[in-house]
Amino acid sequence: MTDTTPPAAPPFTLPKYPGGTGAGPRPSAALTPKGFLARNPSVLWFLLALAVLTVAVTILSPAFGMGSMSTSFVKTLGKTLCLCLAALAMDIVWGYTGILSLGHMAFFALGGYMIGQWLMYARTEEIVVQSLATSPIPATAQEIAQGVGTQIFGVVGGSDIPLIWSFAHSLPAQLALVVLVPGLLAFLFGWLAFRSRVTGVYLSILTQAMTLALSLYLFQNDSGLRGNNGLSGLQNLPGLAETSQDLLSIWFFWASAAALALAYILLAWAISGKFGSVLRAIRDDEARVRFLGYPVEGYKLFVFVITAVICGLAGALYYPQAGIINPAELAPIASIYLAVWVAIGGRGRLYGSVIGAAFVSLLSSWFTGGRAPSIPLGFYTIDWVDWWQVLLGLSFVGVTLWAPKGIGGLFDRFRGLRTPDRKGAPLGPDEGSLQEQEAVE
Amino acid sequence: MSALLEVSGVSVSFDGFKAINNLSFSIGPSELRAIIGPNGAGKTTFMDIVTGKTKPNSGSVTWGEKGQSLLTMSEAAIARAGVGRKFQRPTVFEDQTVAENLVLALKSPRSPFAALLFALTGEGRRRVEALAAQVGLTDALPRKAGELSHGQKQWLEIAMLLAQEPLLLLVDEPAAGMTLAERELTTAMLVEIAKTRAVVVVEHDMEFVRRLDCRVTVLHEGSVLAEGTLDHVTKIPSVIEVYLGRG
Amino acid sequence: MRAFLLGLALACLGLSAHAETVAQIVATHAADIEKPSRTTIGPVISDLAASGDPMAARLLEAWGNKQLGERKSDKTFFLLSPDPAGYALTDLTGAPAGTAAKSDITELKPNAGVRGLIASALVQFTLSDPDPAKRANALTSIAQDPNAESLAPLRAAIDGETDPTLKAQKQRLERLLTLRFDADTTARVTAMESFGADTGLDLRAALTPLVATSRMASAGPLEGKNIAREIKPGRDLTAVEAYDLLVADGSAPARITHEDQEKALADHIQSGSVAGFPVSDLSIQANRDRAYTALEAAGQVPPAATDDEVAAAITAHRFYEVYTEADRVITDAATAALGKISLKVGVLQVADLGLDGLSLAAIYFLAAIGLAITFGVMGVINMAHGEFITLGAYTGYVVQQIVPGYTASLLVAFPLAFAITFAAGVAMERLVIRHLYKRPLETLLATFGISIALQQLFKNIFGTQARPLTSPDWLGGALTFNDVVSISYIRIAIIVLAALFLGFFLYLMKRTRLGLEVRAVTQNPAMAASMGINPDRINMLTFGLGSGIAGIAGVAIGLFAKVTSELGTDYIVQSFMTVVVGGVGNIWGALAGATMIGSLQKAIEWLNPSNTLAAQTYMILFIILFIQVRPRGIIALRGRAAGD
Repeated sequence: MTDTTPPAAPPFTLPKYPGGTGAGPRPSAALTPKGFLARNPSVLWFLLALAVLTVAVTILSPAFGMGSMSTSFVKTLGKTLCLCLAALAMDIVWGYTGILSLGHMAFFALGGYMIGQWLMYARTEEIVVQSLATSPIPATAQEIAQGVGTQIFGVVGGSDIPLIWSFAHSLPAQLALVVLVPGLLAFLFGWLAFRSRVTGVYLSILTQAMTLALSLYLFQNDSGLRGNNGLSGLQNLPGLAETSQDLLSIWFFWASAAALALAYILLAWAISGKFGSVLRAIRDDEARVRFLGYPVEGYKLFVFVITAVICGLAGALYYPQAGIINPAELAPIASIYLAVWVAIGGRGRLYGSVIGAAFVSLLSSWFTGGRAPSIPLGFYTIDWVDWWQVLLGLSFVGVTLWAPKGIGGLFDRFRGLRTPDRKGAPLGPDEGSLQEQEAVE
Repeated sequence: MSALLEVSGVSVSFDGFKAINNLSFSIGPSELRAIIGPNGAGKTTFMDIVTGKTKPNSGSVTWGEKGQSLLTMSEAAIARAGVGRKFQRPTVFEDQTVAENLVLALKSPRSPFAALLFALTGEGRRRVEALAAQVGLTDALPRKAGELSHGQKQWLEIAMLLAQEPLLLLVDEPAAGMTLAERELTTAMLVEIAKTRAVVVVEHDMEFVRRLDCRVTVLHEGSVLAEGTLDHVTKIPSVIEVYLGRG
Repeated sequence: MRAFLLGLALACLGLSAHAETVAQIVATHAADIEKPSRTTIGPVISDLAASGDPMAARLLEAWGNKQLGERKSDKTFFLLSPDPAGYALTDLTGAPAGTAAKSDITELKPNAGVRGLIASALVQFTLSDPDPAKRANALTSIAQDPNAESLAPLRAAIDGETDPTLKAQKQRLERLLTLRFDADTTARVTAMESFGADTGLDLRAALTPLVATSRMASAGPLEGKNIAREIKPGRDLTAVEAYDLLVADGSAPARITHEDQEKALADHIQSGSVAGFPVSDLSIQANRDRAYTALEAAGQVPPAATDDEVAAAITAHRFYEVYTEADRVITDAATAALGKISLKVGVLQVADLGLDGLSLAAIYFLAAIGLAITFGVMGVINMAHGEFITLGAYTGYVVQQIVPGYTASLLVAFPLAFAITFAAGVAMERLVIRHLYKRPLETLLATFGISIALQQLFKNIFGTQARPLTSPDWLGGALTFNDVVSISYIRIAIIVLAALFLGFFLYLMKRTRLGLEVRAVTQNPAMAASMGINPDRINMLTFGLGSGIAGIAGVAIGLFAKVTSELGTDYIVQSFMTVVVGGVGNIWGALAGATMIGSLQKAIEWLNPSNTLAAQTYMILFIILFIQVRPRGIIALRGRAAGD
């Protein structure tokens, strides 16, 4: 960045604006620095709610409490927290910066793949070493590698361990990759896309294409990640074969809750200050921000990469709870659902995205799980397994049309907040390009 | 006095249409200049070139004492170098408070990391308060910019421009949609600002330009037709023809 | 052998004047027939073949099948067929001659050599059969199983051929056999060269075996072999393959598998060590090899190659690819001929690929044009566009259930699909999109909501299995130019359909009031509105039109793809890509985008034919890079109108 420092501008005085107060400069409360929590009242409430949930789940869990909650439900809740984390990231990139990325679930899945490599490799290695231990001659490294290779890649007709598994034996290396792989991919893609000023709908389509390309690539058997079989058995932690899933599930729930809490605090901090102000300004009118001297592309890239990394981490926590990951997980539709959650929850507010992700994904699994009661109409019975998608699609249209603020908008009503009546002035998000056009005419 | 901005031999065309044709222009470090010209004379395109929005097909644009070329710089870099631009329609961030708008514009490091760690220090705060007071928006600081009246938005934008502390200010038709009193005030303000930095005003309104009492550059079909005082240029036959002949 | 056959064939040519009956010939050569040998029987067979008696073929056939016998009582020959009494007899004029007990008959059992002669004589019979269909069959069977024996009879059968098509086929087949089986090298080379750059599959099939190679290993220089090239282990063949070659020709002992080696070592553990190596050291392969070699030296295990020995053996040898055909002249000529052919085949393949790409481009054009128009005019991306395509395809399916006759049903389906999707588009515009103008990202998501709802609705109505949309018979088959270039009629029809729509749109946009208004709204909506154009109406009609074309595209796509609820999804991303690459708001942009995407996809598939998934991946990567060069597409609006 060429930041040429201009020579210091000489001071000047201006004539007074007659309609003003005329009292000269005086301190304003609007500029008084406020505490973090004062600026972000939602953080306290959010942390409180999360803590209550965590305690409740712990008490009800089979591992520590009464066991009236099944292990699989603990896992479902833990997974939901991870989805909420991804939705937080999506909210930053879309709700605050105005980039409708249809690729963030791809980063999520990549994070899952990276941790999955270690889980699967290390676990398989354990099993292979165990089975070779009965031989009187100690096993060679090649024999172990051969055994692991056959175990993992037998389904795709191979036994050699591909190059991309080079670090699979090492947890720290794969953890680094959980951050690096989504981060680098986001950096590369974002750099190319933002540099050529691809914005709006174009950018959305391009991110969708990127996601599709990635998932098609992973669907191949020779991608090195077991093609459409994906990685499986991820619920078994290497070295913890004796630990029960009851215990593991609550551990992962705690970890997910902690990650969500941490991310919420960090992101709330980041967007409550000037950084958030710049992001919202970019969303509303990026050309104007550019003329203020801000490197808009740099900001977008920064946000894109950071949120991709958050998604990667969320995926790394999600898939050990899900147990299996395959390329279908990063089909473009998954990323679109992420956008749907954020929109239904209410974008542009962190708690909105969390509520949306939790609400819609839990509702979705309730309906598609066949537990929702069917509605008999006499001539036809509405079976929710078949009709839930229709309902979701239509309710999504409804939210976009009539409740653009989503569920989060309800909170404004409770607090008596009203949107300022702008008398026909353009409404916040997505208007940037329009204003930009007008500005140069 | 060496020039602050030197535009020489610049041409740009859109699909064969020459919007700017071999234009040359220069302005000193503290000078007020008005650019007039009929519609399609290339005034806006000229500002686009200087601010880096449009890249010319040929010619050079140099800046400052070191003669740095603006053509290789991005819009943001040019803005950081000290070129401020005010659009015809007020463009402020309506979804943010007046205070946030001013803090955004306030001269400070612009990188994402700097923005993350930014804190409004005492001096910056005083500067924002001073600017708000100068444009009469002190009470409006906590309000959203979208709630302001049209005139107030104009003032907010001017305050934002000043907060940027530019060395060169490009102002596009500042008088449009203003009351007579506001115009007078604007004139006074522009004259005052031009004492310490360069100001280029693009304007249709001859009365307004007359009040500015400064050198005038007449653009026509993408090139400079005449330059001098308003009285001088309005006596040149070709200028009269361009204005009267084309209505 | 070949020389003999050649002689036989030449003899045959001159013998057509003979007018003896089969019975007479057999009577003359009775002794030779009783005890046939390859040297003596030749003339008999040729006499029989040349006799012109229809019984000759039957006799030869029976003889070859060991169904010719001699009655012991009168030394007369009969054709035999199984009968409860022993054999039913047929005499040499073809008349039934009663039965005989098995003991009364001496069956003639000609040896394999004689049977071979008989078989080739029979070939000549069928090749000269009066029935052209039988002659054609004979040619086909020779072409399917070419062998040296067929060459002579084939040559003999050329001159007598009256049918010009069959004659040409015979001549071609003769040259194909000559180049493979002729004894004379010059004749073979001449035959090869006579084809030039003919691209027939039969020629390629005939030439390929001539350049077949096998791998050989040799410790020193390889003498007396027709070497194609030297190959290096690790580059041209794996070390394992190289060593297997050495094992196969006996110049190295078989490799020991790791399992066997481990077992052998385990069997010889003595107080915690094997041949002096502590067991704990044996977790390294090199140590295991050393231990095994030590056991080998002690004679405790059979000699076998361990990894290090294998490596040494491979370095000590050189490896070659050797032509099966020993004659260098032949292999060179065949290589040259194949080279010429492959060049021409390459050119033709590119042409074929071009046709494929064109038809794919036509499909993408049809699928994307509606999208391009709505995006251009309204700045709206319709994510449900793919579902409109599906809707069109299902309309076609339903119509086919009701309207009998595939042609008639198609004629109904196209306009109906247009009408239905047009109505759906207008409804969507009125109910949803109208309220979301100037919020393009929200439109994207709202239309996506409609997309998932529609998709599930299709599933609920039509089920998940594929529904057939059958094309009429006249669209079956393919237009074949030669062995390489061909295009199916369905694809031609789609290209024609796309061309029709291109014409229709050009007319609509340039020559009608609606087109003028649409262009005005595209370029400057505010100005158009102030000129009295009702943008609401234009938007509605444009959206309807764009959706209607999606319906038409759906019917067309349904004709060759499976109609499922996910049909549209398969095409939607490509359609988006087409719009992005082509440029917005311009019909030529959509065309350019479709052409580029279509031909690119085919080209990548051609380079990597085994993997269509990878092809799509690379194509998308290419598009992302392409956007770097031309962010606004191939045909972009420039200047201030572009709004950038």
